[in-house]
Amino acid sequence: MDVPTDRAYTEAHEWIDTAEPAAVGITQHAADALGDVVYVDLPEVGRTVGAGETFGEIESTKSVSDLYAPSGGEIVAVNAAVVDDPGIINRDPYGEGWLVRIRVTEPGTTMDAEAYRALTT
Amino acid sequence: MSDGAGGVHHVPLDGVHRALGANMVAFAGWEMPVRYASDLAEHHAVRSAAGLFDVSHMGRIELSGPDVTATLEATLVSRVTDLDVGRARYTMLCDDRGGVIDDLIVTRLETSFLLIANAANTPAVLAALRSAASAHDTTVLHREGHVLLALQGPRAREVLAAATVTDRGSGAPDASELRPFRAVTTHIDGVEVLVSRTGYTGEDGVEIACRDGADGQHVWSALLAAGAAHGVLPCGLAARDTLRLEAGLPLHGHELGAELGPFETGFGRVVHLDEGRAFTGRAPLEELARTGPSRRIVGLVAQGRRAPRAGHPVLAEGRRVGTVTSGAPSPTLDVPIALAAVETLFSADGTELTIDVRGTQVPARVTPLPFVAPAARRDG
Repeated sequence: MDVPTDRAYTEAHEWIDTAEPAAVGITQHAADALGDVVYVDLPEVGRTVGAGETFGEIESTKSVSDLYAPSGGEIVAVNAAVVDDPGIINRDPYGEGWLVRIRVTEPGTTMDAEAYRALTT
Repeated sequence: MSDGAGGVHHVPLDGVHRALGANMVAFAGWEMPVRYASDLAEHHAVRSAAGLFDVSHMGRIELSGPDVTATLEATLVSRVTDLDVGRARYTMLCDDRGGVIDDLIVTRLETSFLLIANAANTPAVLAALRSAASAHDTTVLHREGHVLLALQGPRAREVLAAATVTDRGSGAPDASELRPFRAVTTHIDGVEVLVSRTGYTGEDGVEIACRDGADGQHVWSALLAAGAAHGVLPCGLAARDTLRLEAGLPLHGHELGAELGPFETGFGRVVHLDEGRAFTGRAPLEELARTGPSRRIVGLVAQGRRAPRAGHPVLAEGRRVGTVTSGAPSPTLDVPIALAAVETLFSADGTELTIDVRGTQVPARVTPLPFVAPAARRDG
């Protein structure tokens, strides 16, 4: 499975990129395991989350999962497009399917693409 | 089998599913397709056209011998003596406390009875039947390596007819004209199969038993080829679960089990309390038939977007009155739906309840089942 090398990953199957503020989403592996996402609950802009804390939840017909912040900081943007059409997360989890942007003040524990690929294969 | 002690089981069509890009997951000790591309698309295909499922993980048990009806009459909650050859019946096998070991379809064939059991329960069903059969001249055969397919949806029988055009000329019975809960041995594209007009999606359709992997692969391909023009998709277990939930059909381990029996689940009619017929669990079931169950399975439609899930508490009047047994966002209705076991006092249609969905109190209303009627009745 293709895992972009330009960002970092968590054991909870989120990714965070290196932009400032940083975009956060779920991995293709996570999207495939969930199946069609039908609902995503995201926080208000302005909320602060700690590294590893839940910031929302994501639901498919089959199951529901918490979303965990790879790094802590202020949520400065929320992707309204995926709230309106959660299927974007299945179609493009590493691009248009981003969930939130965080102004990182508390870097969390992440791994690189190679380590994540090893974790999921 | 369910703990995978003997390793994970693979269905004969495992390679076919992987070649189609199926996402395979462990289910009841078997690696099964959970979806091919999109569980929503698969769900909608069954509601609007048809879908083809591989359900070969289910147990196929055949009983035969001079005492076969005595063995079944001593175990199943339904009578079988009045089943004609080629007739099928939904029934249950209970323990001596009236708890459900499994729910089953029993079909009378020319020289045997066929039982289809849930994968995880097949060992327990076999044990109960063999125990009963030990006092009789009855053979209990667990047929493994078979392929069971389900072709489900409003166009399923059209697809079956299209796949069997060449068989018509050979004189094989036309299974596309079967009436509900009838079964017939016939051919699909030259391969001998047992076709039953049964299913587990709340839509019209058939289930097809094939002798082995080679036959099963041939029939699978023939049905998908014939179905291409009708919008047929191969469908996984994720769609099967949301379809059966919308249809209000119970799933053992959720709406049926040791504590939830036929009367709680609204299937008291399958319990035949004929005079003199002694079957396992009769006494407690007869008592429930008289008193009515203290809990009932109800349908709930919840407000908002978050779906209730199995285990979530159901509340009323400030206390817990039940538990969600299954729940999902309904793909057809686009609202969260659930089945729940609630105190009978709170089971009437229209009752307003509250579900604790992961810490949030969500209003929900008791709703008649099925949530979604078959396509033939939806469209008039």
